[in-house]
Amino acid sequence: MRFSDQFESRFTEMLTHYPTKRSVLVPTLLYAQDEVGYLSEEVIAELAGRLDLTELDVRNVISYYSMLTTKPRGKFNVQVCTNIACLLRGGEELLAHCEEKLGVGNKGTTSDGLFSLEEVECIGACSWAPAVQVNYDFHENLTPEKMDGVLDEYRKRARQ
Amino acid sequence: MAELVSHPDEVRVVAKRFGMGATNIDRYVELDGYKALRKALGMQPDAIINEVKNSGLRGRGGAGFNTGLKWSFVPKVSAKPKYILCNGDESEPGTCKDRLIFEHDPHAVIEGAMIAGIAVGARSAYIYIRGEYRYLLDIMQKAIADAYAKGFAGKNIFGSGYDFDLYWHGGAGAYEVGEESALMESLEGKRGVPRIRPPFPAVVGLWGGPTVINNAETLASVPHIILGGAEWFAGLGTPKNGGTRLFCLSGHLNQPGVYELPMGYNLKKMIYDVGGGIPNGRKLKAVVPGGSSCPLLTADEIDLAMDFDTLMKAGSMLGSGGLVVVDDSTCMVKFALRIMKFYRHESCGWCIPCREGTDWLEKTLTRFHSGGGIKKDIDNIQYLSENMLGRTFCPLGDAAALPTISIVKKFRKEFEDHLEGKPCPFEKASAARQLPVFA
Repeated sequence: MRFSDQFESRFTEMLTHYPTKRSVLVPTLLYAQDEVGYLSEEVIAELAGRLDLTELDVRNVISYYSMLTTKPRGKFNVQVCTNIACLLRGGEELLAHCEEKLGVGNKGTTSDGLFSLEEVECIGACSWAPAVQVNYDFHENLTPEKMDGVLDEYRKRARQ
Repeated sequence: MAELVSHPDEVRVVAKRFGMGATNIDRYVELDGYKALRKALGMQPDAIINEVKNSGLRGRGGAGFNTGLKWSFVPKVSAKPKYILCNGDESEPGTCKDRLIFEHDPHAVIEGAMIAGIAVGARSAYIYIRGEYRYLLDIMQKAIADAYAKGFAGKNIFGSGYDFDLYWHGGAGAYEVGEESALMESLEGKRGVPRIRPPFPAVVGLWGGPTVINNAETLASVPHIILGGAEWFAGLGTPKNGGTRLFCLSGHLNQPGVYELPMGYNLKKMIYDVGGGIPNGRKLKAVVPGGSSCPLLTADEIDLAMDFDTLMKAGSMLGSGGLVVVDDSTCMVKFALRIMKFYRHESCGWCIPCREGTDWLEKTLTRFHSGGGIKKDIDNIQYLSENMLGRTFCPLGDAAALPTISIVKKFRKEFEDHLEGKPCPFEKASAARQLPVFA
């Protein structure tokens, strides 16, 4: 299977960073997921083969980390934090608002495949709560109205 | 990009270069960058360790162990390579300070890691950054590449004959990986399950080699200590609590933000002056003083100095510097439930008291909050929590138990107010969510 050139050069470089091959596994899984969208059977088999691991070894690691997924998600994964600092400043209301606007529940994906919604644990934006991460981008000090603007931005981006 | 704030009482050491473009290596050098590394290369390793020990620098990740003392545990001679591991897996709810360090001053972490390496005789350092902080991992990759390009890292640094390699490493979402032994497992490409100790990482760590694991803020403090001296750094704080600390103020405050204040700064002042007090004319109900794993303090327990020893005496912990302020409109049963939901989600399941304890506590608190609680549950919540204490490989079990015990003890009346099918007194009728009842 083929990944991007950037993926391959980073993978080759990372192998030189550690005394054991499997040490590259966790960051490599996330970079692979960024390219493919999720950790498919094919990705798992490919990385297991490259790192001399069994597919079960790789699956065991995947199931531990909350950012890794073996199921396809929307193009934009909207991650709403509801942990304590966000909870106190409207994180739950923001999640409910997103559920209503997107018409999906926690871990759901919109029918056009554009958005997924996920309730997440603390993302390190406590002093700027409530906060949301869309893929890797932080959006902070949000209100339901500002959230609508954020979602519109991504809809626009998808059309371009 | 996270917003920066300031307050006249701030003493900027670690935050000195925030907002000054120091991600650029030339700018960092202009702002006294890499001077401390040069100085350390001319020092005896023991002199570096003593300087850091005497500065009173204590681990900023939460445990608050004397950093120089930790370094001194690394054996002088080792058949296996020694390593420095920077813990940038910042995930403790309420904590968002390492994020600013990586965003504004990544070279300070690099420089601190290299000085730690010289002190203990390591030749390489790994900088582990949590997966959600992808943009910071990108910044760190560039910073490391720039350091190599300038000859500040790699072979023969500054012509000293000393070789030192630096590597970045990204996580993929796991609170528990912030625990030092789980962090090493994760770096080795495994599930972040904790290791039993002894042996401690200083003796047997990464790939079996002696390893020093320090929080990003701890390492970023080190160059300032080498340049300014132990006495100066120690003098900024209180006895045995040297220096300053990045306090992350969040929750019900008028001016939340990350402020660098001297160790021992008064908590009441921190809330009402630095943080601007409680909005909407509300009153203070409780404070989480150092991240969600710390026992909560009530409104009449806040006139104290924010340092490790004072907080310990007050029955809580200074923790990771994440201060979450809770006003009187908040339901403490719900707050306890949200904390427990987090720990249940993050428990790796390795140790039974933690795996089962967090699960049953979340179920009990869920039923309680939705009005299905019985009187016996109140003591049961406390009993279950107490049975997790000290019975797990890593402190995640304690982290779940400690705030819960404190909430039951200090806010028992709020639990009683939920009894006999009464709806949560704090929930607006319209906004009340139906929570599942486990009969």
